Amino acid sequence: MSEHMDTAHHGPAKGWTRWILTTNHKDIGTLYLVFSLIMLFVGGSMAFVIRAELFQPGLQLVVPEFFNQMTTMHGLIMVFGAVMPAFVGLANWQVPLMIGAPDMALPRLNNWSFWILPFAFAMLLSTLFMAGGAPDFGWTFYAPLSTTYAPPSVTFFIFAIHMMGISSIMGAINIIVTIFNMRAPGMKMMDLPLFVWTWLITAFLLIAVMPVLAAVVTMMLMDVHFGTSFFNAAGGGDPVLFQHVFWFFAHPEVYIMVLPAFGVVSQIVPTFSRKPLFGYHSMVYATAAIAVMSFIVWAHHMFTVGMPLTGELFFMYTTMLIAVPTGVKVFNWVSTMFKGSMTFETPMLFAIAFIVLFTIGGLSGLMLAIAPADFQYHDTYFVVAHFHYVLVPGSVFGIIAGVYYWLPKWCGKMYNEKLGQLHFWLSFIGVNLTFFPMHFVGLAGMPRRIPDYALQFADFNMITSLGAFLFGTTQLLFVYIIIKTVRSGKAAEQLPWDGAKGLEWSVPTPAPYHTFSTPPVVGEK
Amino acid sequence: MRQLLQLICSALVLSPGTSVALEFNMPAGVTQTSQSIYGLHMTIFYICLVIAIVVFGVMFWSIFHHRKSKGAKASQFHGSVLVEIIWTIIPIVILVAMAVPATKTLVDMYDTSESDIDIQVTGHQWKWHYKYIGEDLGFFSILATSKEEIENRKKKNPNYLLEVDNPLVVPINKKIRFLFTSNDVIHAWWVPDLAIKKDAVPGFINESWTRIDKPGTYRGQCAELCGMHHAFMPIEVKAVSEDDYALWLDEQKALKQAEAASTELEWSQEQLMTAGAKIYEKNCAVCHQADGSGIPQAFPALNGSPIALGPKADHMAIVIQGRLEKGMPAFGEQLSAVDIAAVITYERNSWDNKTGDKVTPAEVQAVMEKQ
Amino acid sequence: MVQSPQAYYVPAQSYWPIIGAIGLFGTLGGTALLLYSLQQEQASLLAQIMLFSGILILAGMLIGWFAAVIAESRKGLYSPQLDLSFRYSMSWFIFSEVMFFFAFFGALFYIRVFAVPWLGGEGDKGLANMLWPDFTAVWPLLEAPNTDQFRPIKAIIDPWHIPLLNTILLVASSFTLLAAHKFLKKGNRPKVKLWLGITIALGLSFLTLQIFEYFEAYNELNLTLESGIYGATFFLLTGFHGAHVTIGSIILMVLLLRVYQGHFTGEKHFAFEAGAWYWHFVDVVWILLFTTVYIL
Ligand code: HEA
Ligand code: HEA
Ligand code: HEC
Ligand code: CUA
Ligand SMILES: [Cu+2]
Repeated sequence: MSEHMDTAHHGPAKGWTRWILTTNHKDIGTLYLVFSLIMLFVGGSMAFVIRAELFQPGLQLVVPEFFNQMTTMHGLIMVFGAVMPAFVGLANWQVPLMIGAPDMALPRLNNWSFWILPFAFAMLLSTLFMAGGAPDFGWTFYAPLSTTYAPPSVTFFIFAIHMMGISSIMGAINIIVTIFNMRAPGMKMMDLPLFVWTWLITAFLLIAVMPVLAAVVTMMLMDVHFGTSFFNAAGGGDPVLFQHVFWFFAHPEVYIMVLPAFGVVSQIVPTFSRKPLFGYHSMVYATAAIAVMSFIVWAHHMFTVGMPLTGELFFMYTTMLIAVPTGVKVFNWVSTMFKGSMTFETPMLFAIAFIVLFTIGGLSGLMLAIAPADFQYHDTYFVVAHFHYVLVPGSVFGIIAGVYYWLPKWCGKMYNEKLGQLHFWLSFIGVNLTFFPMHFVGLAGMPRRIPDYALQFADFNMITSLGAFLFGTTQLLFVYIIIKTVRSGKAAEQLPWDGAKGLEWSVPTPAPYHTFSTPPVVGEK
Repeated sequence: MRQLLQLICSALVLSPGTSVALEFNMPAGVTQTSQSIYGLHMTIFYICLVIAIVVFGVMFWSIFHHRKSKGAKASQFHGSVLVEIIWTIIPIVILVAMAVPATKTLVDMYDTSESDIDIQVTGHQWKWHYKYIGEDLGFFSILATSKEEIENRKKKNPNYLLEVDNPLVVPINKKIRFLFTSNDVIHAWWVPDLAIKKDAVPGFINESWTRIDKPGTYRGQCAELCGMHHAFMPIEVKAVSEDDYALWLDEQKALKQAEAASTELEWSQEQLMTAGAKIYEKNCAVCHQADGSGIPQAFPALNGSPIALGPKADHMAIVIQGRLEKGMPAFGEQLSAVDIAAVITYERNSWDNKTGDKVTPAEVQAVMEKQ
Repeated sequence: MVQSPQAYYVPAQSYWPIIGAIGLFGTLGGTALLLYSLQQEQASLLAQIMLFSGILILAGMLIGWFAAVIAESRKGLYSPQLDLSFRYSMSWFIFSEVMFFFAFFGALFYIRVFAVPWLGGEGDKGLANMLWPDFTAVWPLLEAPNTDQFRPIKAIIDPWHIPLLNTILLVASSFTLLAAHKFLKKGNRPKVKLWLGITIALGLSFLTLQIFEYFEAYNELNLTLESGIYGATFFLLTGFHGAHVTIGSIILMVLLLRVYQGHFTGEKHFAFEAGAWYWHFVDVVWILLFTTVYIL
């Protein structure tokens, strides 16, 4: 193999093999980001199908079984294909730059983590063309709908999940090790930028819960193919056991999808307020508190499953408590802006929208946490509204903000600010038009995961669908902006944002292929 | 404000035909529980609203006043332990205030003791079975909306997708205990006006209770993804006065006797075929399709199926016992002998199947009794 | 080029990861296709080819990749910092394995404390017994609620025979491995070979006995995957543990081979330590397993 010794000081290899064989964190970061963008559009197209069918009551475009496949694949692809890889991509680019490391700690493993993903998603997407159809049991794949009553393609789904899990675990190990072991001399843990901190904690969550997901799909596999009865009462098992194990994974998973976005926002808000982040220490502790608590709240997704009363109460209280550290973060961001000297370039606009809309999503989450009320909310569009508020203007806006913020450093070109602002305003309007009315139909009683609905939900659904088309097509503008910037943007300055602080801005623009071959020295103030 | 905006938007987009009163909040419902849940919901909503106004208020105030274009100079403060402690404690206090009434309501919802009537609700793909415990009465409840409406070939009626053939009938002012379970996958029985939503888990039993204040018809839907026709298994509860309830019970029992007697009757081929067509449409077509073509890899075609063309005994066996592990329900537990005889006769003589066979209720009865 | 001791070794391009990704895809995709085709009652040839070549590629990748790392390490390319990176990675990897088993132990706990008693009519949700009137909750569960679908077990495995022996074997193997490590640090290589060899022998005996136990379970006790939740949890936990012992044994064998090749020094022998960590982890899991699966 080509592990020749002279590693430093040469540019990228020529040709397409560069991307397949690369061990460079910037290349791999780019791969992750591009992959995630493609997946956003694949998952987004599925959302288009869903919204088109729900535009009006009645069955018009698709049959119910295909609708269920769309819902399922949309959820899975957005979560595992779009949001998670996007954050890993940001981490790959930024963590070494922000801690002054020459690369990730385990560069080859890094490449492996990425290249497993295309195979995993090829496998998952191939199920759409199989006899009996793709998985149709929701992204939560509750047994026994996903075992005894599943389409035959469930086997491929299980192994695709296994591959994603392997990829995530290795990626997370790499990030943890990089942060622990590769910091520039003199950089203490409490000097880490918040994006790095949030990713460290996210990586810890990933390592802790991805194996649990692997375990639960393994038990499913056994039930499907080897005659076991983990999720079958006839053999002494329990379908609800599936839900406990699944949510033990999936609740921390939702924080995996938002903590890095907290990190991005915590970098951006101080920059554009030209003021240090308020309460750095409490930000770190709050993130850690959210992570720790995320392990003891999982059953708030199962309030109606018939848990004993003590269980309901326990999970209600713990879930409510998560609002406290999250609140600390929100208050800190607001205080950072307070008495700042603010400007509103595109990254800042997305960051502010993140704070506002994530908080709305968080507050509706708090309403869901009230167990008795959740009996009315559960499995309605109110829940769909909640999680899209924390995921779309939450995680996805966080990602977009990060991309605008660091893009000049990555490619040395500046995006077009006018277009960026246009992208923001169209997205902002689109996202609210799409997801706000979902609160209303949900409260009025529209269940989720249905291709057809009663007449009283018609008007709001129509608005939602229109909003979705607006929001979706707006993202084509995003792609256009990125391509245009990379190909023909104006040259960016070394420090494109005058308030920006941190090691990543100390390297030339665009960031050379190899940075920090000799570690920078940090610490003496 | 935003609601208002939304309302205006929707008024503009509104196509004139579909107008049903706009609803955008949780119904207060017709039981004590549902009303206290509604109260909780509104209280917490208002608290959240206030929090949002305060937080966003400060934020937008800063955004407005502390912008560079207005010449704002950035201060450099970056922390205050006191403030941090304050805004940790205040939320905790608010949360405790929320938790107290929530706990009360929840404890009350879990108290299923001393019920007057017990009803066992069993979810099936895709219909509900209601069994009145202690009354020797039970029946299925299936979506009544026509295919034409669903496929946009006919105007949709106001209860579109929320109507069933046999509603659940209950008396008002009685404590009714529900026992939920399922025959196949997990379903969830949800009627917003009663504020009951409980999963029906196969092999286990969940409990809930209600005491309805007002007579009326209350509609709901299955709320847990349960496969292809999850959207099409509604719930209709008819709450009537106690006297009407007693009358209804008697009526149902009389009907049941008449039905049992009809097994003994002589049925002609035509009678069986017409009855069979109806039963097929209602019970079988969701999976095997109206034209008997099935869905590849999921549900076998009956048109030309070796079983439908083969020996009668095999055909009866699969319909009566089902093949639960493959998703074919055991209709011996769901349909009467007459119905099964009719539907089998129908399947053996419809589409391209032309066996000319006739399966009589007595034959089916004999097979069913052997088990 | 001479590397300063401080520089971090960043390998240039490498083929191994992409080969690994293809191998993993072949292995898992092949398995999926095979199970899928078996479900349709015909073993697909394509699946078998895919699975087989996937495993070969994966094995080739592991050998090649590790060989490259070993070679680099022996060339002195690795700094103490990189050594620390490996240590961190291995510990977090083991942590992920801990969580994998944690989920299975959690499932066992839930089944025993909640599900089975509920089905048998005890506890908060004992009403479920209405649906299974003939079922009584005992553990180990000899008869599942539905005895037509899940055939009853004749008897359970006596923990004080093979399992006890296996416990002794594994615990002993942890100590023999410690001994090997001690001698490695002292540079006494013949002793290293001896104790490492004994450790491997103990591991393999464990596996042999385990296979024997499975054989007996299937043929004499009627304890199978299909015999209800007791059999299911039993085989799930012991099976995955057994798979880990197998992997551990292979690692130890590779280490032995490397000792014979003259690798490792008294100070630098991270691979050896990593293998040892893994082995001790597997041992700890067994002790938990022995108490919760066999005894309690
Ligand atoms: C990024 C992802 C993300 C995030 C961050 C959250 C955050 C939260 N979620 Fe959400 N949630 C999801 C993604 C997420 N969720 C998804 C995907 C589902 C559905 C899964 C499915 O079924 O498919 C779901 C479902 C879900 C449910 C289950 C609903 C149901 O199915 O019936 C519940 C119930 O408790 C819940 C609660 C919460 C709470 C309390 C928070 C809290 O963390 C929110 C905390 C934030 C705030 C509260 C706002 C800011 C705080 C302040 C301004 C301080 C002051 C506030 C107070 C004192 C009140 N969520
Ligand atoms: C991070 C995660 C994420 C993201 C980003 C999104 C984004 C969107 N989601 Fe998603 N959603 C989930 C996670 C996510 N969702 C999950 C977990 C579920 C639950 C699944 C389940 O129930 O199991 C769900 C379920 C869900 C439902 C409920 C389905 C149901 O219950 O039946 C709906 C309905 O409107 C919906 C809509 C949308 C829309 C309109 C967007 C938009 O934001 C999408 C925007 C679109 C794009 C960015 C791409 C645009 C594409 C193009 C422009 C290409 C043009 C192509 C054509 C014209 C064909 N989602
Ligand atoms: C919930 C879905 C569902 C419903 C409703 C349903 N079936 Fe089936 N049916 C199936 C499935 C799945 C099979 C395949 C079972 C197997 O693989 O052996 C099947 C198989 C059959 C077969 C055997 C066909 C063959 O060629 O193997 C017959 C006959 C049949 N069903 C009749 C009926 C009748 C009569 C009804 C209504 C009274 C009905 N089914 C309702 C799912 C259903
Ligand atoms: Cu039954 Cu959904
Ligand atoms: Cu959650």
